[in-house]
Amino acid sequence: MTPERFSSLGQLSSVRFKEFVREPEAVFWVFAFPILLAIGLGIAFRNKPADIVHVGVVGSPATAAALRSAHGLAVDALPSLDSAQALLRAGSIALVVAQSDSGGVEYRYDDTRPDARTARFLVDDAIQRAGGRRDPVATHERFVREPGSRYIDFVIPGLLGMNIMGSSIWGMGFAIVDARRKKLLKRLIATPMSRAQYLASFIISRLVMLVFEVLVVLGFAMLVFGVPMRGSVLQLGVVVLLSAFAFGGLGLLIASRARTIEGASGLMNVAMMPMWVLSGVFFSSENFPRAFQPIIQALPLTGTINALRATMLRGDGWHLVAPQLALLAVWTVVTGVIALKIFRWR
Amino acid sequence: MTQPTAALRVHDLRKRYSDVVAVDGIALEVETGECFGLLGPNGAGKTTTIEICEGLLSQDSGAVSVLGLDWRRNEQELRERLGIQLQETQLSEKLTVEETVRLFRSFYPRGRTVDDVIRLVQLEEKRAARVGKLSGGQKQRLALACAIVGDPDLLFLDEPTTGLDPQSRRQLWDLIEEFKANGRTILLTTHYMDEAEVLCDRVAIMDHGRIIAEDTPRELIASLGAEHVVEFALAPGAVPLGDQDLAALPGVRSMRAIDDGYELRVAELHRAVPALLDELDARKLELAQLRTHSATLEDVFVSLTGRQLRDA
Repeated sequence: MTPERFSSLGQLSSVRFKEFVREPEAVFWVFAFPILLAIGLGIAFRNKPADIVHVGVVGSPATAAALRSAHGLAVDALPSLDSAQALLRAGSIALVVAQSDSGGVEYRYDDTRPDARTARFLVDDAIQRAGGRRDPVATHERFVREPGSRYIDFVIPGLLGMNIMGSSIWGMGFAIVDARRKKLLKRLIATPMSRAQYLASFIISRLVMLVFEVLVVLGFAMLVFGVPMRGSVLQLGVVVLLSAFAFGGLGLLIASRARTIEGASGLMNVAMMPMWVLSGVFFSSENFPRAFQPIIQALPLTGTINALRATMLRGDGWHLVAPQLALLAVWTVVTGVIALKIFRWR
Repeated sequence: MTQPTAALRVHDLRKRYSDVVAVDGIALEVETGECFGLLGPNGAGKTTTIEICEGLLSQDSGAVSVLGLDWRRNEQELRERLGIQLQETQLSEKLTVEETVRLFRSFYPRGRTVDDVIRLVQLEEKRAARVGKLSGGQKQRLALACAIVGDPDLLFLDEPTTGLDPQSRRQLWDLIEEFKANGRTILLTTHYMDEAEVLCDRVAIMDHGRIIAEDTPRELIASLGAEHVVEFALAPGAVPLGDQDLAALPGVRSMRAIDDGYELRVAELHRAVPALLDELDARKLELAQLRTHSATLEDVFVSLTGRQLRDA
């Protein structure tokens, strides 16, 4: 007979892994979803040639001709001020150039719209030059469009952080609450199984999955979009590892008492939703008012994403990501200790 | 020769939940090598009792000694020497039979081989099948496999055949008999009286958290003083019989009214039935139904509580 190996930790970890792999939906959400999202965002925010701004001109054909020769403007000659107003309201044109009573021109536009303000400067520049303005300072322009400064570069570390958060919290929380609901947890503690090994098996299987998860998302981003990796790979590994621990702790805390999947899902959404919005996955968290910043900066996802961006995009060294690493370590310890204290085994 | 020692000793056990007393002062002694049954309707306190013995619940008061050991001091040793099947555990559906048994085997420092156990519960053909694809009976056999894979000295089975079809129940009974034949001790709970009669050397009948009778199934049935039960009903519209009208018939021990008729406890069926028919004829009463069966533990329960086990 073949010698049977009975390492309990090994068995628990491999069982955990098999349960994950045999759940096609889970595999989709962890591996395929972030790639699909990255493709979608990559297409939506691909670098386009500078936008063309539509403007309307009422009256003066000379002004219209002057504007047509300028870069970045599409000019419509319009018969009346009324029709121009209508197009402006509909958003078809960003600005209307009309003749003012004093013999100059009048700009009509919404000053809170960025494209209208751009139109105002382009139009004014073109009209002043046509009117004979001479610039006192000579200027040159050189365009910088490098990998690292595009939206896709910004969003990939955000997606990676969001993915680590989701898979860690779901991976811990769902499996534990499901086992508790099915009385499997109770059945397991009726055996001599070590409870520490049971929890350790989650950590081990999570870490194995994490390697694949990160490689898939980053590999895709680097190969397809040329997203840069400027810092050290070791440092990236430590950031990823610590964030997996922090979210794993949070997942364990969420799962520590809940008896039903519905209850646990609710708690998970309550925990994750604010971070999806606040932590800067899709846009910088600096956009939120200053008063919220202390809270936002203390969230584990903010720490993860900031550290990932610093490492990947800026190539910042250890000392610059130390605050985020410390934050993640604190989250790991605090959530882990509370979770173990209140954990319901039965 | 070693003195037979009690595998399980319970003294004055009490457990109360917020609104209900689940176990109200019970005492038990299960000898090594015997199969002991805790019998009673749902809600009698059987599961609470067995889970306290399994170290999964703590009692409010009273003493529990398992294999001569104490849960507070010897938990690890007890866990290694006990086999436990819980009511309604769902094993992971994504794993195969073999993976499940192998996982449970890995928790025990000593025990049977995985192959052995799978053969024993007759799941060899299903060893590579996912748990989610098994029938109810196969799942119960797998649960039994997980309970015996550590080669336990004492096996706890909580409602092992509830919800199974008759054939699966019989198959499971055979497996339990086989385990018993190896001289191992079993404590099982059930609300099936036939199961207790087939499997148990001794049974304790529980109701409302108390033990109301305890003996071998044979002695309990003999205590009725009647080996047979006759149930009959009169045609609709008949004048109801008095409570004791027929108790004096030859061969009849006692009489009582039940839901849809009357029940006689009978020592001699061949004398009682003709006498009953003659008596009804004499009273011009028409019989709508007549049934007889050998007395069972079910009848013991009815005579002790006045209720049927099924709807208790």
